[in-house]
Amino acid sequence: MTQATVQSEQSMTTAKADSQTAGLAPTAKNARDLPKEVLLKWLRDMQLIREFENRTMQAYQQAKIGGFCHIYTGQEAVAVGTIGCVNSDDPVITAYRDHGHALARGMTPEACMAEMFGKITGCAKGKGGSMHMFDRPNWLFGGHGIVSAQTPMGAGFAFATKYEHEVLGKTLEGGEAKKKVTLCYMGDGALDQGAFHEAQNIASLWGLPVIYILENNSYSMGTAIDRHTANHENLIDRAKGYGMIGVKIDGLDIMNIYNEFKPIVDQCREESRPAFIDLKTYRYQGHSMSDPQKYRTKDEVDQYKDRDSIAKLVSDLMEMGYLSEDDWKSTQKALRDEVRAAIDAAESAPVPEDDELFTDVYANPEKNLSPTATYSHGTKNPLM
Amino acid sequence: MTTLPMIETDIHPAVDNPELPDFVAEHELPSREGDRVVQFREALREAMSEEMRRDKRVFLLGEEVAEYNGAYKVSQGMLDEFGPERIIDTPISENGFAGMSISAAMMGLRPIVEFMSWSFSFVAADPILNNAPKMLYMSGGQFGCPIVFRGNDGAGGQLASTHSWCVEALYANVPGLKMAIPSNPYDAKGLLKTAILDPDPVFFLESERMLGDKAHVPEEEYYIPFGRARVAREGDAITLVSFGRPVNFCLEAAEKLAEEGIDVEVLDMRTIRPLDIDSIIASVKKTNQILVVDQSWPFASIASEVVTQICERCFDWLDAPPQRLNTEDVPTPYAKGLEYNYLPNPDRIYDAVKSMVNA
Ligand SMILES: Cc1ncc(C[n+]2csc(CCOP(=O)(O)OP(=O)(O)O)c2C)c(N)n1
Ligand SMILES: [Mg+2]
Repeated sequence: MTQATVQSEQSMTTAKADSQTAGLAPTAKNARDLPKEVLLKWLRDMQLIREFENRTMQAYQQAKIGGFCHIYTGQEAVAVGTIGCVNSDDPVITAYRDHGHALARGMTPEACMAEMFGKITGCAKGKGGSMHMFDRPNWLFGGHGIVSAQTPMGAGFAFATKYEHEVLGKTLEGGEAKKKVTLCYMGDGALDQGAFHEAQNIASLWGLPVIYILENNSYSMGTAIDRHTANHENLIDRAKGYGMIGVKIDGLDIMNIYNEFKPIVDQCREESRPAFIDLKTYRYQGHSMSDPQKYRTKDEVDQYKDRDSIAKLVSDLMEMGYLSEDDWKSTQKALRDEVRAAIDAAESAPVPEDDELFTDVYANPEKNLSPTATYSHGTKNPLM
Repeated sequence: MTTLPMIETDIHPAVDNPELPDFVAEHELPSREGDRVVQFREALREAMSEEMRRDKRVFLLGEEVAEYNGAYKVSQGMLDEFGPERIIDTPISENGFAGMSISAAMMGLRPIVEFMSWSFSFVAADPILNNAPKMLYMSGGQFGCPIVFRGNDGAGGQLASTHSWCVEALYANVPGLKMAIPSNPYDAKGLLKTAILDPDPVFFLESERMLGDKAHVPEEEYYIPFGRARVAREGDAITLVSFGRPVNFCLEAAEKLAEEGIDVEVLDMRTIRPLDIDSIIASVKKTNQILVVDQSWPFASIASEVVTQICERCFDWLDAPPQRLNTEDVPTPYAKGLEYNYLPNPDRIYDAVKSMVNA
């Protein structure tokens, strides 16, 4: 899956100058005016995530996946919609609920699934697992397991891109410098970490183009938002207190996300400013694979399922005449096959060799770094 | 067993008269055999609940400890018994809630701070390392800090690098704190009760991998003193020193070695600070060989500390260089096979002992 790309003249020149060919975000005043292919691609990407996550749960139950595993179903419109508003070489970073962002960013289902199967063909060679999806070619700087660890890092990517543009005058790869925006995703639980507040202050103080996307699913594990964060109905006021752009967006309708989010991306890029978006969404599954979910009712879950973002897009596209029942059926089938193939590939891929334990520890594995271990360079990462 | 008086005082200065029980010798503790079998998590819960019933100054706070009944069900039912004023759900703000608990302890309260995992304690590193252990010293003896920090420590559940920390070596480096690392339900209960009474900050390291382990825990109340190791298995071929979960790996390896006529002695240290070096020396004088099994990384680890102290204090009693077996010196991998090799498992212990006794 690659970023939906609309080539403009500008992107052609950038593409030549920069080895990392940039796919520019599609532009329109209203999502409904976007090219049909872009809208269909969104649907495909959202359904791919849905299908992928359903199969992930199965594989977890069959003990093919271990550790902590957090499912993204319900929130698909957020990753696909917001990533759909940035260029393919804008940095992206997220927390541990990261499969959706990885797929939306263009990681192959094979690399993502193989990582969870602990295989050498995984995006982190089986060393990271579900919570640590990294994809350098697609500018994805990880899933991160420690709540809010990614929020200062989000500011750091923005710092680096600003530095490229203003100090180096070219990209670190040697291409033509350009204004970039970093997307930094976070859960509502991450609002409560001090790190986030330090990051916002620095980002605003130094004019760093980073957008904090709060995936507000109302729960931090089993704790509802009104029990874990103060004044939760006015979160954007906090951002404004830091002098940042602060906007609340309904995250269940991808067209709406595009319409409201795209102008913010453009503004942050142009003006080199940070923003905070309170994006209301909902997770269908438990916090992780081991969560009895006693803190919410089935009714509540069903109410959100009635407003499912994929169903909404399907009906919009049908109404617009872009999608027929048959098209939708065949898309779903194609995606089922694609994910099944990813599972098969993950299953049959080899596990890392024992020696792999001692690789990738140091970029310069010189002598006497350890009393017991001898380090070496790792096998080539399958994504590189 | 010692029954301590009910605490009537609501608040009083923490440094006054620590109300420690009269500890008894190991053989006077209630029997470790019996049919009252409970899980490790229940033993922890009993320890906290008993102390909370006795002393109103004690309270528990942490993420998901109350309404969710504990992320790992350690505090199950405690909200019902003690109410939301004493069993307190926190935001994911370790720096904030650990920091405020320290000052509550300076006032004379007795907080038990649960870290869902010690891996999440790093975002609270400043208060727990800079304030708690140094408060008595920095205030010239005016303010103590009677607080317990507890939570899961160690790898084993395929949680990868950031969630698999063994903090013992890192944190035990700091003077002013105490550290307990139980390996079984019986000790977990007796040590946690002592930790709650102790007038100093205690870092109490549990293991998610062991919370379901079951063993006999007596009805009778008991306190296990800090700084007293337990001989978990007697033998004369070699001394294995360990603490926490790897003690069980040592015992497993010892079983297999015994079949081959190699009788190893296994010492369960129970606390790292204080460290019962005298028991280690006594054992080394008997076996003349020592292997320290430690689930933290080797560089500047607890194992390095034990080996150093042995070299300093009973070098002449050693027939061979003292050795250590640590977690492999790399970040924790996710893949199952890699993680197994990474940890000090029974196979690695078996091999290490064989190569030492055959040398
Ligand atoms: C510093 C830290 N504390 C605790 C945890 C354990 N933990 C992992 S996820 C989580 C809940 C986070 O919820 P939220 O930020 O809302 O994200 P969501 O799971 O809803 O996507 C907790 C408590 C952690 N990973 N890091
Ligand atoms: Mg949440």
